[in-house]
Amino acid sequence: MSNLLLPELAADVERLSLVIEIGGMPVRVQTTDPAFVAMLQNRYSGFVTSSEHAEISFDVDLTVTHFADPDAPVRVTQHKGRWTLERGDVRAEWEPASRTGRIRQTVNPYSIDAVLRIVHSLVLARQGGFLLHSASAIRNGKAFLFAGVSEAGKTTISRLAPPDATLLTDEISYVRKKDDRKHDAGYIAFGTPFTGELAKLGENVSAPIAALYLLAKGAENRIDPIPLGEAARSLLANLLFFAEDEDLVQAIFHSAFEFVSQVPVSRLTFVPDARVWELIG
Amino acid sequence: MSRLYMARNPRVAARSLGGEMMIMSGRDSMLFTLNKTATILWQSADGTTPLDEIVELRIVPGFAVEPAQALQDAETLARELASREILQISEEPILPRNPAAGEVAPGESR
Repeated sequence: MSNLLLPELAADVERLSLVIEIGGMPVRVQTTDPAFVAMLQNRYSGFVTSSEHAEISFDVDLTVTHFADPDAPVRVTQHKGRWTLERGDVRAEWEPASRTGRIRQTVNPYSIDAVLRIVHSLVLARQGGFLLHSASAIRNGKAFLFAGVSEAGKTTISRLAPPDATLLTDEISYVRKKDDRKHDAGYIAFGTPFTGELAKLGENVSAPIAALYLLAKGAENRIDPIPLGEAARSLLANLLFFAEDEDLVQAIFHSAFEFVSQVPVSRLTFVPDARVWELIG
Repeated sequence: MSRLYMARNPRVAARSLGGEMMIMSGRDSMLFTLNKTATILWQSADGTTPLDEIVELRIVPGFAVEPAQALQDAETLARELASREILQISEEPILPRNPAAGEVAPGESR
């Protein structure tokens, strides 16, 4: 039997990679498809780094066939240290111990975006942080979060931001707890590439969080205090968290209470014009 | 007449904040805000103090209610909390499963 063809067949397929760093956590994505890498370079521009180091490395298997149920909702489960992330358009596995994972999806930017959001939410949950459905921006060196469900005004308040405000996101805020070991209380908000209606990437910068505002549209611009219990409930209602994992659910519950006990939470009622920003910062 | 004992479910997380007791189920992420009576039951649910004693010592003095009615209402509430897996209830004292390993009566925040 001839072995003449073996060297060619055995040749390595070139793996292309890029590192996407969000919230200070670099994640490497590896694939064989240059067009997909180029799409990610464009999609995450500002968050792609030249760093060799990565906290997690994902191999992406691109498939041309669509999944059986493309509308299936997200499910995030963990078994023996291996996380499985499933949605109608993507399936991923991630093993924190080895810092490696695999993603199977078609060529599109949305599936891997969902995986990144979920993985970041899982990592943050262990560290006292979280992803929050909220816009966020930096003004005068401090970060302000604007939380609310769809139509609450996240995109509107982002669009109205003055030139001296740096937009971190109009959709999903990245909240990291400061280092307890350094006796450094408080939280930091990071910019994210996770966009909403504004379709504009946040700036890849961070700042200490000064306040969380719960958005409400009204006839005037005003800030009202809210009871701590309501603050905690509202925060929990806006957290981005999917994992079916009792320990992590408990962890994120306690994180929400820690947050509202350290960061002022108020209701921001606003009319949709730029004067609302006179109250911020 | 049998007595009812209650213990906190260790698989839920609980926090008291601003005078409100909130509970989250780790199983399905359901969030509950307990009323005053439910909060007393939760706080008193040590697995060894019978419900009638809790009612007599902690509920009747604080609420204008007949002891028999208070016990009946408290038992209904305890069973409701148990059905939502917030409390465990039993007609026998509920002892910690493994005190040596730190599985003591579940606290409000571990």
